[in-house]
Parts: sequence; C-alpha cells; structure tokens
Amino acid sequence: MAHSTTTPQPPSMHAAAPRSDDSPPQDRLLAVAAGRDVPSEVHEQVLAETPVLEIDRFNLWYGSKQALHGITMPIPNNQVTALIGPSGCGKSTLLRSVNRLNDLVQNVRITGDMRLNGDSIYDPRMDVIELRKRMGMVFQKPNPFPMSIYENVVYALRIDGESNRGVLDEVCELSLRGAALWDEVKDRLHESALGLSGGQQQRLCIARAIAAEPEVLLLDEPCSALDPIATGKVEDLIQELRGRYSVLMVTHNMQQASRTSDYTAFMYLGRLIEYGPTTDIFTKPMLRETEAYVTGRFG
Amino acid sequence: MTFDSQRPRRIRSAYSSMVAHGEPWVWLTGGSLAAAIIMITGLLGFIAFRGAMTFWPAPLELVTLRDGRKALGEVTEREQTATVSRRLVRSANFELAGTHYEWFNDAEISTTAFPDWATAIERLEGGRFHGFPVRLLHGEAVVAEGPEASWAAFQREHPTIRRRHRQAGAIDKHDRGELQRQLRAARLAVVGADLAAGRDSDRYRAAVQAEEETAARVAEESALLDEKTAALRGENEGWIYEFETASGEKQSIPLESIVQIWQPNRLSVLGKAGVYLARWAEFLADDPREANSAGGVFPAIWGTVAMTLIMALLVAPFGVLAALYLREYASRGWITSAVRIAINNLAGVPSIVYGAFGLGFFCYGVGAGIDDLFFRPALVADGQPTFGTGGLLWASLTLALLTLPVVIVATEEALAAVPNSMREGSYACGAGKWQTIRRIVLPRALPGIMTGLILAMARGAGEVAPLMLVGVKKLALELPIDGAFPFVHPEREFMHLAFLIYDVGFQSPNSQAAKPMVFTITFLLVTIIALLNVAAIWIRSRLKRRYVSQQF
Ligand SMILES: Nc1ncnc2c1ncn2[C@@H]1O[C@H](COP(=O)(O)OP(=O)(O)O)[C@@H](O)[C@H]1O
Ligand SMILES: [Mg+2]
Repeated sequence: MAHSTTTPQPPSMHAAAPRSDDSPPQDRLLAVAAGRDVPSEVHEQVLAETPVLEIDRFNLWYGSKQALHGITMPIPNNQVTALIGPSGCGKSTLLRSVNRLNDLVQNVRITGDMRLNGDSIYDPRMDVIELRKRMGMVFQKPNPFPMSIYENVVYALRIDGESNRGVLDEVCELSLRGAALWDEVKDRLHESALGLSGGQQQRLCIARAIAAEPEVLLLDEPCSALDPIATGKVEDLIQELRGRYSVLMVTHNMQQASRTSDYTAFMYLGRLIEYGPTTDIFTKPMLRETEAYVTGRFG
Repeated sequence: MTFDSQRPRRIRSAYSSMVAHGEPWVWLTGGSLAAAIIMITGLLGFIAFRGAMTFWPAPLELVTLRDGRKALGEVTEREQTATVSRRLVRSANFELAGTHYEWFNDAEISTTAFPDWATAIERLEGGRFHGFPVRLLHGEAVVAEGPEASWAAFQREHPTIRRRHRQAGAIDKHDRGELQRQLRAARLAVVGADLAAGRDSDRYRAAVQAEEETAARVAEESALLDEKTAALRGENEGWIYEFETASGEKQSIPLESIVQIWQPNRLSVLGKAGVYLARWAEFLADDPREANSAGGVFPAIWGTVAMTLIMALLVAPFGVLAALYLREYASRGWITSAVRIAINNLAGVPSIVYGAFGLGFFCYGVGAGIDDLFFRPALVADGQPTFGTGGLLWASLTLALLTLPVVIVATEEALAAVPNSMREGSYACGAGKWQTIRRIVLPRALPGIMTGLILAMARGAGEVAPLMLVGVKKLALELPIDGAFPFVHPEREFMHLAFLIYDVGFQSPNSQAAKPMVFTITFLLVTIIALLNVAAIWIRSRLKRRYVSQQF
C-alpha cells in the first residue's frame, strides 16, 4: 500500500524509527528533533503521476547547518502541490533550491540533484539563467519591479531580448488575463506597478511569473502578506492555474492547502514526512504525526 | 502568575515613568534640533538680509559740521560708546575727497538734512558719486539748467547714450574678439606648419600666405569696426551732466559713464523698488568693473554654474560605477572594507590638497601632455599652455574627485536600501546580474543617488581653496561656454562666486565699499546652490514617485 522512499542511511538509524501504530503520535517528529533520520511516507498515487520535477535525495547546508535532509519527491505535472510544515522547516529553502536562487546565498552547499523534465538542475553544465527562464516564482511579499505594469509583466521577455511590440502586447494581455488582473488594469498598463494594491501586486507577480510559459510555477506563501479578500482572489487564481501549470506552492495555511492543492507534502525540520493526495493527507493520513499537524494539534 | 492581593505592589517611581514616557529625550532631541535650526536660519537670514539690502537705495544725508564742512552720503553705521556717538557716512567722490567713507562725531554735527535733489551715481570708473544736479551740457551748449529741467533732459537722453555705449562695447568685445581669434588661428597654423613640415615646405608657404590674407582682411574689418565704434562714441561725446558736491565743488560727469543714477530722498517706495531691481539686473547680467568691487558678476555666475554642472556630470558616473562595484560585485572581505574606509577617509582630506593634486596631476601632468600632443603651436608661438594650466575642465575634475566620496557613500547606501526581494524577483525571471542592476537596482536606487549628487553639488559649489590652484581667476571675461565655436572651452580659466567672495572681501583696496558686495555675492551663491538643489530635489521626487513609492 504505502511506498517508503528512504534516504541512504545506516540501517541502525532506519531501525531507530520504526513505524508502529501504537507509538505516540509525534514519534517520528521526536526522532527527527533528536537528529535521527526517518523514512518519508510517499503515497502511491503520487508515484503514479508523470513528474515535471523530480527531487532526488537532496541535502542542503547553510554553512555547517543542514537545512534539508535527503528530500526525495516527484512533483506531478500540471497539478498543484502544496508544501506544508511548521515555520523554519525548510519549505522556502526547498523551493529556492528548485530555481537555484540559493546560489546567491553565500556558504550554501548541496548534495543530490533535481531534474526538471529530465534535465539535471544541478548539473555543472546547466546554465542557471536559462534554467530560471523555465520556471516562474512568486514570493511571500509582493515584489513588483519599479516600472510600469506592462513592463513588469513582460520583464522576462524583455531580458530575453524580445522587442516585438505585437508579441509583448499579446503576452501581456494573456498573462494578465491568466492572473485574473486584466480587467482591473487594462486601462492603466503604463502606470507604475507600485500604485497597485497589495493583492493586485501579488497577482501581477503571478502574471509576471507565467508570462514566459514556465514549466513549473513556484509560489512561496503567496498569500501571507495579503488581506482575506485579496487572499481569496489569489486562491481562486491558483485554482484556475491548476491543470494548465505545474504549481509547487508553500503555505502555512492548512485550509489553503486543502482548498487549492491536489497533492500535499508535510515537512518537518528539513525532512519530508508524508506526501500524498491532498484529500488523503487531510482526511486519512498514513501517519498520526501528519494528522496531528493538519488538525492543528501541534505546530 | 496569579494576582496576589496580600503581596505589596511595587510602586513605579516618578522618574522611571518619566523615562518611560521619554520626556527628557523629547526635550533633548527637540532642543538640539531647535538649536541647529536657529543657527542655520540665523546665518542664512543674516546673509539674506544683508545681501538683499545692498541695492536698496538708502537715503542720502547732508551732514553739516560746526566748522562749516559738509558731506553728502548714506549713513552705513552708527556707533555708540560711553564717550562718543558717531556715524559712518559713505561720502563717495573719492577723486575729490580722497576717501570713500568718513566718520563724523555727532557732537561736531550742527545740522543734518535729506535734500530732495541729492543724487547718487554709479560711474563706470571712479566709484560712487554723490552731489546735486546743476545743468546738462552738450558740447558748449547748455541743454537744460537747474535740477528739474536738467533731470528731465537727462532722462530723455541717457537711454540712447547708454545704448550706443553698449553697442560700441559689444563690437569691441565680440567682433574684435572674433577677428583676434582668426588672426591667432592663422598665426598658429603657420607655427604648426613650421613645426610639422619645416620652412621650405608647401604647407608652410600656404600657411604664411593664408596668414597674410587673414591679416589683410582683419585689418580691413578692424578699420570698419573702428569707424563704427568711433561714430558711436563720437555721438556720445560732449554729453555732460554737471553736478555740485555738498561742499560746493563742480564736477562734470559724461553721460556715457553713468551706469546707475537715483535720487533716493525724492523716490517713493515704488521708485526705490525700480532702482533696486535695476541695480540687481546690472549685478546679475554685467561684467565686473573696478577690480570686481562694482558692476556685475555675470561671468562668475556662469562659471560657478558651468563648473558645478560639469562636476556633477563627471562625478556621477564615476561615483555610481565605483559604488556599484563595491556593493554589487566585490565579494565581502577585508579588501572591500579597506577600500570603503579609504574612501571615507578621502572625504576628510583638506580640499587644498585636492587643489595641489589637480594642479600637479591634471594641469602639469595630463594637461601638459595634451598640449604637447595637440597644442604645440600655441606653446611654441607665445609660450602659452592651452590645457597645461588651470581651466574649467581641470577645476571640474578636481572637484569631482573631491566630491567622489560623498557620491560613493550615498550611492552605496542607496544600493543597500534596494530590497533584496526585488533582486531575487529579477533573478527568478531569468535575469542576469547586470540586467538586474540596470533594470531594477539602479532605477530603484536613483533617488538615493540623486541625494548624493545634491550633497556633492552643494559641497563642490562652495569650495574655494582648490579652485584657486586649478583655474579660477580674479578676472576672466571670456566665458568658458559661449557662442564662439566650439562653444564649450574646457581649457579656459573662469570666474567663480566663492572665489569672488574671497577676492572682493579680502583683496579689495576699498574694503568698506566691498563689504555689502560680499554679502550680496554670498547671498547669490547660496541662492544658486539652493536653486540647483531644488532642481535636483524636484527630479528626485519625480523619480521617487516613479520607482520607490510602495502602497498597500
Ligand atoms: N540564508 C540563510 N542562511 C542561513 N540559514 C538560513 C538561511 N535561510 C534559511 N535558513 C535556515 O534554514 C531553515 C529553513 O528555513 P526556511 O526554508 O526559510 O523555512 P520555512 O520557509 O519553512 O519557514 C531555518 O532554520 C532557517 O533559519
Ligand atoms: Mg518560508
């Protein structure tokens, strides 16, 4: 029934965290907190999907501090995958590793690999800039660029040297429509993007991220700086993106994960604990630890 | 912890509550600000008041002493001590009295009066004149007799005469100047041909030929100009305004040499305002006269603005690029820190050291090299360096160097203030480092960079010491940017308001008369710097609105 992927580790460690139904609910989490490795429970449905992104035994260190421990997870194509877990568990780090934004941080060291549609992301021959052009990313705090709405949306094309007005106009409209922002801004495309409201700015950032037709869309807590109404709009938008884009989304909001995602991964202290279809994770998780977390009894 | 009614409660002391509320700190911080504001506004207000009042026509007081001596002039100072009270009168008429100013003890004064027809004249030469109009003469003929009639006739004639005078002056300055330039160019071509090809070359002979032709043509045109100016000056000749001084001496003043004239005791406030504006206009638009103590300061305004703007143009790219490298490219390490400390220390080097460096490096080093390569004929022909001496370019470069630390530090801070989330957003879109800097970081940092430029301009425009070494002169009527090809003359020496303050205030033979000028020039300099700053601040606020404002 369940398929356990394990990181390469000494068998003794493996034995130290046995799965047992009558163990206390936070058994594995305690083991993790004690610094021991635990296997990740990955549901079969996940493995049945075609992956767009495969994370393969990925470890990451900030200096001497390890932030990710042997993460192995496939991200299904054209589905929304949510990463949940308590603050500081490495969700953002994992996301930023996908488009190699962590390269910009000093003293970061990694082992393992990730593959985007089969291409090794951490291959030394991989051109980071080309790689990032194949992904879109939206950050926690809206970060529109200091330029017009129009230029914000077509930024990725501009830096690629695209200057054909027709192409740019079309991409701009499509992306803004895709981000459900077109009707609100179509009359002021050439005004500064900094004049938009927070929610509009975040949807603008989404439009910017999808303008270059990314293979994966990375969203890092896209709603945490927004008010409830703007949050609702962005969540609706994520719903609409489902099926058209592969989305990897970080959230600390359980309802958001259950409402908007197809798959959910629960992380704890740099480790993947359980990963499966969202409905399963929220209604009948394999681990009590996961259940404890999603029902809010801990974390 | 539960509330325990048995336990005595700790009473907060009045002191701790005051500290908590921060009142002493409000007073301390507010007080320091107030002190700073009082000092700044006090200084600026004093300069503004004294500077603005210089040209306001003060009443002319006729002082009669007990011994019968008389003097007519503006009272510029009063002094009251235990034993004497006295006043300083600007009695003018230096050529008659041998002094511009005179102290009078109140005890010696029998009467004072403000006669209606007391007249003050600003002359082309010889300084101020005070007296009473008698009659207007044209050659032998008396045009008008008596103050009223002569004043009316003067009002009629004077504008035409002044216009002719200005025309003649313009011909001398521009047309003759142009001929001189052509002549010099032809002469330099001969020397150049000699240096390059020797005396028996065709080129040399052609140059000599051309020079002869130019010389002939210039002589011809000069003769024409002579005729023109002689005609203009001839028409002005013979127009004399005869005055009587307070002590009864007659003085004939050619109408041509009267620059400003006013009768303050007769004037209404509006009339005084007219004189005031006319004197300001002269001050702003004319060349200086009489060792800079009279006339205008236009060349100095021009030089100051030109130098400041060129300096800003030079320092901005240098400073911004250096700061970009330090902040965006250089890896954080001890070398970067050392460079940063060195730059900050550079700001503390006395400015005269920059002047000496500019003179040694730019003028005598780079400039001499340029002269050697491109301007040898001028060097050989009349031993005059072109770039090998002080000039606008070298002065601007020296000040650019002087203000570089300011720009670098401000730019670095502006770059550091650009949120990292913007950089990351750009990288996430697949932008490279330079693309991110150019499209995101620089626009966003631009207002902060402008702040650095504003500070640099204010600092640079007020410097005197280094400028004295690298190109500012007491008198340089040829503007460094003018209508003569190639319009910008970076090698020319120029005048500068800040140097003028020093020159007029401390090098002038007539220091009493120069004092109000010092205030006026200072006022003007501060105003110009303020205007430049206002312009820059306006640009900055526009940039800010465009690139920085963040609304939620
Ligand atoms: N730039 C960094 N340098 C050092 N440690 C970092 C850095 N960024 C994150 N970390 C650490 O890595 C861990 C995971 O952080 P993060 O991925 O931001 O967590 P999350 O997004 O799940 O809240 C945290 O313990 C955090 O302190
Ligand atoms: Mg995070």
